[in-house]
Amino acid sequence: MLVAAHRAKPTKALVSLQLGGCMPGQLSETLLPAQESKSFAVGMFKGQLITDQVFPYPSVLNEEQTQFLRELVGPVARFFEEVNDPAKNDTLERLEETTLQGLKDLGAFGLQVPSELGGVGLGNTQYARLAEIVGMHDLGVSVTLGAHQSIGFKGILLFGTKAQKEKYLPKVASGEALAAFCLTEPSSGSDAASIRSSAVPSPCGKYYTLNGSKIWISNGGLADIFTVFAKTPITDAATGAVKEKITAFVVERSFGGVTHGPPEKKMGIKASNTAEVHFDGVRVPAENVLGEVGAGFKVAVHILNNGRFGMAATLAGTMKAIIAKAVDYATNRTQFGDKIHNFGLIQEKLARMAMLQYVTESMAYMLSANMDRGYTDFQVEAAISKIFGSEAAWKVTDECIQIMGGMGFMKEPGVERVLRDIRIFRIFEGTNDILRLFVALQGCTNKGKELSELGTALKNPLGNAGLLLTQAGKQLRRQVGLSSGLSLGEVVHPELSRSGKLAVTALEQFASVVEAKLIKHKKGIVNEQFLLQRLADGAIDLYTMVVVLSRASRSLSEGHPAAQHEKMLCDSWCIEAAARIRETMAALQSDPHQQELFRNFKSISKALVERGGIVTTNPLGF
Amino acid sequence: MAELRALVAVKRVIDFAVKIRVKPDKTGVVTDGVKHSMNPFCEIAVEEAVRLKEKKLVKEIIAVSCGPVQCQETIRTALAMGADRGIHVEVPAAEAERMGPLQVARVLAKLAEREKVDLVLLGKQAIDDDCNQTGQMTAGLLDWPQGTFASQVTLEGDKLKVEREIDGGLETLRLKLPAVVTADLRLNEPRYATLPNIMKAKKKKVEVIKAGDLGVDMSSKLTVVSVEDPPQRVAGVKVENTEDLVAKLKEIGRI
Repeated sequence: MLVAAHRAKPTKALVSLQLGGCMPGQLSETLLPAQESKSFAVGMFKGQLITDQVFPYPSVLNEEQTQFLRELVGPVARFFEEVNDPAKNDTLERLEETTLQGLKDLGAFGLQVPSELGGVGLGNTQYARLAEIVGMHDLGVSVTLGAHQSIGFKGILLFGTKAQKEKYLPKVASGEALAAFCLTEPSSGSDAASIRSSAVPSPCGKYYTLNGSKIWISNGGLADIFTVFAKTPITDAATGAVKEKITAFVVERSFGGVTHGPPEKKMGIKASNTAEVHFDGVRVPAENVLGEVGAGFKVAVHILNNGRFGMAATLAGTMKAIIAKAVDYATNRTQFGDKIHNFGLIQEKLARMAMLQYVTESMAYMLSANMDRGYTDFQVEAAISKIFGSEAAWKVTDECIQIMGGMGFMKEPGVERVLRDIRIFRIFEGTNDILRLFVALQGCTNKGKELSELGTALKNPLGNAGLLLTQAGKQLRRQVGLSSGLSLGEVVHPELSRSGKLAVTALEQFASVVEAKLIKHKKGIVNEQFLLQRLADGAIDLYTMVVVLSRASRSLSEGHPAAQHEKMLCDSWCIEAAARIRETMAALQSDPHQQELFRNFKSISKALVERGGIVTTNPLGF
Repeated sequence: MAELRALVAVKRVIDFAVKIRVKPDKTGVVTDGVKHSMNPFCEIAVEEAVRLKEKKLVKEIIAVSCGPVQCQETIRTALAMGADRGIHVEVPAAEAERMGPLQVARVLAKLAEREKVDLVLLGKQAIDDDCNQTGQMTAGLLDWPQGTFASQVTLEGDKLKVEREIDGGLETLRLKLPAVVTADLRLNEPRYATLPNIMKAKKKKVEVIKAGDLGVDMSSKLTVVSVEDPPQRVAGVKVENTEDLVAKLKEIGRI
C-alpha cells in the first residue's frame, strides 16, 4: 500500500496515508475496510458523533423472548446456588462429576445452538444474562462453558456448512462432546499469525495431514471436538507462487493422532482444564475445513470477537457478587466505635466499585444488543469492553479484599479465590495490551482514510470545495479551542446535560490529538506504542462515558426505580473520565516533558535488558 | 395399567426466601414486585406425578392453577418439570385475594370430573396461608377417598397405597381409585427444570378458562378483617425465687 504526502498551498500539511502494508501482519488482516462504519468508537477518532449504535440505549428482546429469558434465570440461578460448589471445584482442580452432569442436563452447553439442532437457541442478549449468573458464582465453570461454546465450537455456528452444523452441533449442545479452541502455540501467543502447526493437503485432495502442538488450551484434556488453526500452502492461481496461510479445521479426537498433556497447575480458574494438545499426523477430511482455505486468521479473529460480549457480561456478574460481599462486611464491621461504611475511605472504595460495575454492565448489554440488531462492525467496542471489564473486575475484587482486611486474605470467604480466577481475564483471548493497540490502530486507520480522502480532494480543490471548507472549518475551530458544534443535547436526558457536554468536549480534545499525531507520524504511528496506549486509554474513557450517558438517559426517561442513583454513577464517571482525557491529551499535545518521558522509558528498558535486571545497586553500594 | 390420568394443582406463592412485609393498610402483605414461585409442596406433588408417568403408571398429567394471569408462569414451570398440558382458571387479582380453599376445591372438583382423571395431586398446604384444607375439601366434594400428608405413594393394581406422616408415626392406607393425595415434604425431592425442558414446555398447551365457565360458585362467607405483624418478642425477666415470681406475676396482673 502506498504512502504519499501532499502539501497544501496555504498552511497545513494534509497527508494521505493508508496503514495497511507496514503493520504487524496480523493486525492489518483484522482491520475493517475503512468505509461507512456505524461504530461510535470508530467515529470518535474522527471527531464524529455517530449515535446509531449508542442512543437510545438499545432494547432488543420482544415480549416472548423476555418472558422466556425470565423463565430460564430461575433454574440456572438455583443450580449455582444449590448444586455447584466453587470452593470444592477449586480444591479438586476440576468440576465435580455431579456438577458437570448437572450442567449438561441443564442444557448449559448449547445455549446459542439453534433449538432444531438440540440447543436452547438463545440470542446474544439472552446469553449475556445467563453468563452473568455463572459469573456471579464460579469463574472456573464460566471458563469451561465459555471455552466450549463461546469460542470452542463458535466457528461452526459462524462459518460451518450445513453438513458440519448438522454433524457437530447436536453433540456439543448436549455436552456429549466438549469443544476447545486451539490457536496458541509455544512460540505464538499474541503474534497468532506466526503459528507453525501445519496442515498439508493430500495429493488426492481428500484430506489434510495435521501436525503441531498447541499449548494452554482450555478444555484441552476433555474435548473431543477441536477448532484448530494451522498453516496450509496456498498456491496463487495467477503467479504460481506458494504462500503459507492459516486455515481453520474442525478436528475430532477420534481421527487418531490427537493427544494431550496433563492439566496445567494454575493461579486461578483451577476447575477449568488447561492442557497441551498435540496433533501427530492427524488425517483431517477436506470437508472439515472451516470457512475458506487460507482464511483461517479471519475465522479466528471473528470467533474471538464474537465471544467477547460474554466476558463483559460474566465479569459484570462477578463484580455484582463481590460488591455484595464487600457491602455486607462494611455494614456489619464495627471499628473505632462505628460501622466502617460510615468512614469516607470505605465509602469511596464502595462507590468506585459500583461505578466500575455499572460501566461494565452497561457496555456488555449494549454490545450484545447491537450484535442482536445485526450490526457487524462492533470489533472496537468488543475490544474495549473486554479490556475494561477485566481490569474493572480485578480492581473491584482487589478492593473488596482491602475492605475486608485480614478476613479478605483468608480462604474461607472465597474472595481470594475470585481474585486468583480474575487475573487471567486480562491475559487470555487477546491480551489487554494487544487489544489496546488494536483499538488505537483501528481508529487511526479510519481516520487516516479520511485524511487521505482530503488529500485527494486537494488535487481537485474546486470540485471538492464543500468538503474542504467543512474540514478546514472544523480543524480551524478546534485549533482555536472553539467547539466543533457537535452536541449530544438531543439524545441525552436534560438532567445529564452537563455530563453530555463533558463528553463532547472530551471527544473534541481526543479527535484533535488523533489528527495531529497522524499527520505527524503518518504510517509510522504503527510503532509509536507509548502514544497508541494513551490514545487507546482515551478512547476507552470516551466510549465508556457515552455508554453510561445512554443507559442513564434511558433510565431517567423511563422512570426506572434506580434512575437517580444511575444519574450519580453516570455523572461521577463522566467527571473523572473527562478529566483523565483532558490531562492525557494535553500532555500528548503540548507537554514538553512527554517526549523526554518516552525516551526515558525506552532507555531504562534497554539498560535493564543489557544488565539482565535492575541496574542500580542498593544505596549501600553492595 | 397406564391408563391413569392425573390432575395436579399448583399455587403461585411468594418465594420462601423473601422477607415478608405487611401492607401499611393491614389488608394483606406486599406482593408488588416481590419474587413469586411455585409453592414448594406443589412442586413435590408435580414431581410425584412426573415420576409416576416415568414409571408408565400415569398416562397424562394436567397442571392446573387458579388466579390472575401470572399463574401461567407457575403452570409453565409444571410443564417444564414434565406435565403434559395446563389449565389456567382465570380469576382477576382482586377476586383472587378473597379466594380460599373452598373456592379452589370447588374448581378442582369440577375439573376432575370434566377431565375424568383418576388421581388429583396437591401439596399438603400453601406456605402463604398454611390452610391445609384444599385437598381434603376437594375429596369431600368429589366424595373420593383421600391420602393426605403422603410420604410414599405406590400403585398396587387398581388401588393406591399411601403412607402418611401423622403425629404418632406413619400410617398406611389403601385407597380405591379415583382418589385425592396431598404431598408432604419427604415424598420426594423435586427435579430442577432444565433449559431444554423449559423450551419444550413452550409448545405445550395451556387452556385458559373462567370459573364461571365451569359453573363454579366462587363466593366466600369469609372476609379478612386485618393482617398484622406478629407482636415483637419482648425480653423475659429473671427472678431469684418463687416469692419473687408470684410478686412479679401479680404485678403484671396475671394472677
